[in-house]
Amino acid sequence: MELKIKNLRKDYGNFPALNDVNLDIRSGELIALLGPSGSGKTTLLRAIAGLESPDGGQIFFGDRDASRQSVQERNVGFVFQHYALFRHMKILDNIAFGLRFGQGRKRKSEAEIRRKVLELLDLVQLNGLEGRYPSQLSGGQRQRVALARALAIEPQVLLLDEPFGALDAQVRKGLRRWLRQIHDETGHTTVFVTHDQEEAMELSDRVAVLHKGGLQQVGTPDEIYDTPATPFVYAFIGDSTSLPVEVHNGEAIFEGRTLRIGRVDPPDGPGRLHIRPQDVSLTTPAEGVVRGQIIGLRRSGGYRRADISVGVKHDRVEALLPPEQEVSVGDQVGLEFRRYAAFADDKEPPKLGLAREKQAA
Amino acid sequence: MPQFRVPSAIPGFGLTYGFVWLYLAIVILIPLGAVVLFASSLGPVKLYALLTRSDTFAALRLSFGLSLIAAAVNAVFGLIVAWVLTRYSFPGRRLLDAAVDLPFALPTAVAGIALTAIYAPNGWIGSLFAQGSVWASWFGPLKIAYTPLGIFVALVFIGLPFVVRTLQPVLSDLDKELEEASATLGAKRSVTLFKVVLPTVFPALLTGFALAFARAVGEYGSVIFIAGNIPGVSEIAPLLIITRLEQFDYAGATAIATAMLVLSFFILLLVNLTEAWSRKRLGHVR
Repeated sequence: MELKIKNLRKDYGNFPALNDVNLDIRSGELIALLGPSGSGKTTLLRAIAGLESPDGGQIFFGDRDASRQSVQERNVGFVFQHYALFRHMKILDNIAFGLRFGQGRKRKSEAEIRRKVLELLDLVQLNGLEGRYPSQLSGGQRQRVALARALAIEPQVLLLDEPFGALDAQVRKGLRRWLRQIHDETGHTTVFVTHDQEEAMELSDRVAVLHKGGLQQVGTPDEIYDTPATPFVYAFIGDSTSLPVEVHNGEAIFEGRTLRIGRVDPPDGPGRLHIRPQDVSLTTPAEGVVRGQIIGLRRSGGYRRADISVGVKHDRVEALLPPEQEVSVGDQVGLEFRRYAAFADDKEPPKLGLAREKQAA
Repeated sequence: MPQFRVPSAIPGFGLTYGFVWLYLAIVILIPLGAVVLFASSLGPVKLYALLTRSDTFAALRLSFGLSLIAAAVNAVFGLIVAWVLTRYSFPGRRLLDAAVDLPFALPTAVAGIALTAIYAPNGWIGSLFAQGSVWASWFGPLKIAYTPLGIFVALVFIGLPFVVRTLQPVLSDLDKELEEASATLGAKRSVTLFKVVLPTVFPALLTGFALAFARAVGEYGSVIFIAGNIPGVSEIAPLLIITRLEQFDYAGATAIATAMLVLSFFILLLVNLTEAWSRKRLGHVR
């Protein structure tokens, strides 16, 4: 089922939760809605399900306008972060709920329902647990039951709201791979919400990055990482540092040195140059485009991170260095940038610290 | 062998355990034990004879029967009241919410007199059903005060807050996602209510029912004014105990008291067991 979201708007008082969102979701794809908390990703997901009524815009399921349809009529599978299993029902009855009580669905015989439930339990690898109550299962198992329950109604779209958010890291990794498998087996159009960029990048075909209720960029994980469309995406996805520059005739000028700007053409005037640490390499002060002094060195996994103070205003640039490179704090160095992008100076620069914090959470 | 003393990170089990016994003994066990002791000194034959007197039997049946019915009615309507008070916000909600507590706070005699005045044949509500009213021309006159129906009204009045107050916190804690999950699975609102919401609040509903019932069985003040106290018809068991005492018939009074004690105990035990069972099913294993 193809989804089309057109000019979707939702306000909470004066605060726009969704600001004119347009998004096409292809049939059978697994797409992630990624953003920090408060970015509107969950609101968008809930609006697709019909759990939230938008203030404007439309949502199409195929050619059908779903905006006026009730939750019950939309036939979506929704998986909640905290599972929302019915605690007073056995696993079998939980999964069978939609088959038994769903409106406008053809009634199945109990034997058929049971067969279907056991089939689904097999799919989510929980054979033999149909007689248990939810309280007798672990978190990961409960989330798999929730998924089976959502799949039971043969939904047109599968929507997952931070499905692994409440689970610990080990379980989360396993379930992530497993969800991808299930998606490939069943072929449902799947939308899932996450604030974990690693999860979004690893799991999905495409990623839609949201910020403050607006869509920043939609693309494959590679596109999002390698060619961020906005300063926010640059800052939110992966690591980056930035330098204030003056843009003039397609060139970025940093304290008299000019750098040719590649793909993004910001208007002339003040701008910012965004660089990822792994795209910075060190040379002698004479050879580098920009000169600076190393003010800090930290070990980070297989690399060393260097904090470099650059220019007269002591702007900070981060570089990822191979550990064998011999540098020490206080060295004067030249910097070369393999890849970078310049954007017009933002009135409100994205808060890097905040974005970082969300990823770590 | 279940271990009696389990080492715990929180000390003081011995002290608190002893305190619980002492406190319960002084407050509940010794007074009630005295009642049972005195009744048993009568001997089974005499006890049986006292309890099977027609007026005693009628009073016990009336007390327990009406209390059960009133508690059941309160369970249904108290649930609706609690639901509206927790789920919706409307002008005057806080006022209504506060009004629910009034039966708790009011001296029961005041409640009884007020109810009697209103439900008497010449009262505001009573006159709507009395001789000459529209109701009477269709169904015949209905007397509320001074009949078992009047007792029922009083018992509903005093029991309502118990149900509402036990349900409110549970309803406001109810996970909204459960209802949303039910809706996304295609269930109608009514199905969600009966299959998802009600089973979840059922243990709390039972607690509220038990409290309302217990209160109704022991209720005296508000009932005696409205009951009319016709022996064998609208005379409740607590009143009969008082009557016996006034006649210096201590044995008779004790026999009725013991019967009430035993019946109440078993009914409450039954309710508690049902509640524990349904709680366990919900995963609140204690």
